[in-house]
Amino acid sequence: MISKILRTLPREKAFYFFTSIGNYTGESAASLKEFMEKINEVNVKSLEFHLYRGDFEKWIAETLEDRELAEEIKRLQKVSLTGDVLRNQLRVTVLRHYKQLTSPFSLS
Amino acid sequence: MTRKQRNFYIFPTKNNKFKHKSFDTGREAEITVKLKNNTVVLDVTDYKILEALQEDAKQTYTAIGKLLGIAHSTVYDRIRRMEQNGIIKKYAALIDAEKAGAKKITAMMTIYTDPKESEKVAEKLCKAPEILEVYTSLSEELQIIAKVIAENQESLHSFIANVVAPLPGVLRVRTSILTKKFKETQFLITNNPKELKFIRGAYNKIGENKK
Repeated sequence: MISKILRTLPREKAFYFFTSIGNYTGESAASLKEFMEKINEVNVKSLEFHLYRGDFEKWIAETLEDRELAEEIKRLQKVSLTGDVLRNQLRVTVLRHYKQLTSPFSLS
Repeated sequence: MTRKQRNFYIFPTKNNKFKHKSFDTGREAEITVKLKNNTVVLDVTDYKILEALQEDAKQTYTAIGKLLGIAHSTVYDRIRRMEQNGIIKKYAALIDAEKAGAKKITAMMTIYTDPKESEKVAEKLCKAPEILEVYTSLSEELQIIAKVIAENQESLHSFIANVVAPLPGVLRVRTSILTKKFKETQFLITNNPKELKFIRGAYNKIGENKK
């Protein structure tokens, strides 16, 4: 199960970062690891745009098939964070989850 | 078939060429359609026929002939030739999508691409039914400009996220949703001031010869 979550997806199933409807930043993530890295790099407007549309939780739940992380992301929406505070919170959430998944003690 | 036009007779001849003959002097000269560097050169009458067709493509050859003072058979011959040469590409109805009940949104996408992949990106875009028009643009960065139609903003976003962004070579996309239409027309032959000048110039020349 864990290896499935950590797999690299084909290009057409990657997450594509937009700043608004139709405005693609050129950044994409094809795995959870890459998604974590892109959180640090993309325009914060893109994070705000996708978080409050529910795009992150949808992609994580339906494409990466990681329901647990999807729920954690969903909870972030309710806090109504913006800007770098949102970026940090998102980074911490995804990093903590990623570490749990990649820990030698995790159940695979 | 010949027809008096001002002080000349117009002779349709072979190989897409027409000749005119002076009514007064009997002198002949080629004035009209010919191929120059594989480009069809049109004369005043051709432009005027095109103008008439762009105004109303359903009007008869006779009506156009009356309007321009030439025989309907001349109109027929010239239209047929311009169809064969691909100058007249097709006859189509201009539909007001809103009045026809289509509730859709239209947007213009600027797609920045890797120059090595831009042709392929443009070709793939052409295959998508949501895309109405595709152009490449000259600017500092290689861009593709595409007109896209979608049911709503959400379906527009899905299309760009799922179809356009994943295309290899797409670097980023900027999209503008079109809100209010002020004008929509096809290229009109008389809209080109350069061509208009040419038409007037040619007409004046004929007039001058009469003196």
